[in-house]
Amino acid sequence: MTEMENPTATSTSDDLDPAQGLTGETLTLHVFKGEPGETGTEQAYEVPGVTGMVVLDAIHYIQRNLDTDLACRWNCKAAKCGSCSAEINGKPALLCKTRVDELPAGPITVRPLKAFPLVKDLVTDVSRNFEVNKEIPPFTPAKDDGKPWRVAQRDISRLREHRMCIECFLCQDVCHVLRDHDHSKRFYGPRFMVRVASLEMHPKDTLDRIDLTRKAGGMGYCNITKCCTEVCPEHIHITDNAIIPLKERYADRHWDPLRWVGRKLKGDGSKQAEGSK
Amino acid sequence: MAQLSPTAEVPGHAGVGGGVHRRREAPWWLLPLTVFLFLGAFIVYSFWTAMFQGFKADCALAAYHCGPYLSPFYSPQVGDTPLGHPFNSSAMWILPIPLLFRATCYYYRKAYYRSFFWDPPACAVGELRRREYHGETRFPGILNNLHRYFMYAATVVLVFLWIDAVEAFTYNGQWYLGLGTLLMVVNVILLTGYTFSCHSVRHLVGGGLNCFSKARLGAGRFRLWHWFSSLNEHHPSYAWLSLSSVALVDIYIRLLQHGVFIDPHITF
Repeated sequence: MTEMENPTATSTSDDLDPAQGLTGETLTLHVFKGEPGETGTEQAYEVPGVTGMVVLDAIHYIQRNLDTDLACRWNCKAAKCGSCSAEINGKPALLCKTRVDELPAGPITVRPLKAFPLVKDLVTDVSRNFEVNKEIPPFTPAKDDGKPWRVAQRDISRLREHRMCIECFLCQDVCHVLRDHDHSKRFYGPRFMVRVASLEMHPKDTLDRIDLTRKAGGMGYCNITKCCTEVCPEHIHITDNAIIPLKERYADRHWDPLRWVGRKLKGDGSKQAEGSK
Repeated sequence: MAQLSPTAEVPGHAGVGGGVHRRREAPWWLLPLTVFLFLGAFIVYSFWTAMFQGFKADCALAAYHCGPYLSPFYSPQVGDTPLGHPFNSSAMWILPIPLLFRATCYYYRKAYYRSFFWDPPACAVGELRRREYHGETRFPGILNNLHRYFMYAATVVLVFLWIDAVEAFTYNGQWYLGLGTLLMVVNVILLTGYTFSCHSVRHLVGGGLNCFSKARLGAGRFRLWHWFSSLNEHHPSYAWLSLSSVALVDIYIRLLQHGVFIDPHITF
């Protein structure tokens, strides 16, 4: 009996449990294989379809039965660790959250994130994101703000959305400023606009990062095309609830003569926008 | 299960800024093309009606078949003289306000950057053309920061459109209810929805605050911000519906002026 006739015979993967029910369908995956400095290829594999199967299941099947050399980073398989980011049929997505039965018929193409340097096959080096993170001044409460803090729900509720980020960096990958224009030295990227927004809106934070975000962070490079929002697996409204509020805060400070007059009349020369720390 | 032979040679990982476009099943070009055609048609129509039809349209307002209706392109009535130059119409003076309001709108930026400038045409498909990108860091993109001022001006124009819609209920000293009246009311409601679902409005009513509890009128501003945030979720829908309704009302009134049909109405 060949694998094709009984595909579960050689599988020991818990990710492909026959009890879940084989669909009888054979899936074809075109998976990128390659390393830096060499010409990569799209390798075709046939995988038995299983009810409820996600693309990561198919990749695991390939690793354990067809190509043990295939490299793929993953961890939780629950769409919470953000490790298995890749591009499925040309669209950035989590391998573990993309069901194969929701994809169009035909071969499924799986490739690594385009915006980051390749390590091997589906694994990319996303470490530059952590370098960007270091440039952002962390949460800094007032030294004399006695604890325990009492924070009203209305002051903190909108930050919950920002905190849902799992740092999968799909938004960084799809952002055309980073992906196509290679402005990673000039633009923090959507994920870090979310981080800045969550810090700026925090009622207990005392620092001001608006000008930093505009200059070093390159906020002006974002032209609101909302691809980051489209691919976010946590459904964070990155553009509407992080980037646009930051742009409006910048406009408060530098593009609003009425507020400038108001600040002068109040004797506030610190250029602080209304409501800022 | 078989491992098949490599199906395609690809030029490496492409890397950052590479030109390889991924294979996609979805027709990514459909949405930008639709937006390009629809938005482009509206821009051409609005310039045509403002530049070449103003004199005729404004003077025809007194005509019977125009009834109590005033095209939203020509409201408020400024800069018109009965024997003036055709280009000196209300629309030529007023139209820049709503056009700039929409041109700097956060939603329309997405629409035209994708459809007209291909920056990018769709998500993860590549730029399709190579050039230096500055986004909104330089002129003219940086002028989008003036959005709130165009919003203020557009709100003033909106007041006049409400007055026009209310005045359309009376004609020749009688109460008047025609199809055009209803179209004008729907139009001004959609325009109000578009204006007040604006991201800048959401920011100004409370989004700019860090601590609602300590701000003046903080509780009220939080509720207001929450309400405007809900409205803001429908901003794209209002953007397209209001754009369509403005054109539709203008076309309707223009057809009445040309006697194509008579406005179905009741008077009382």
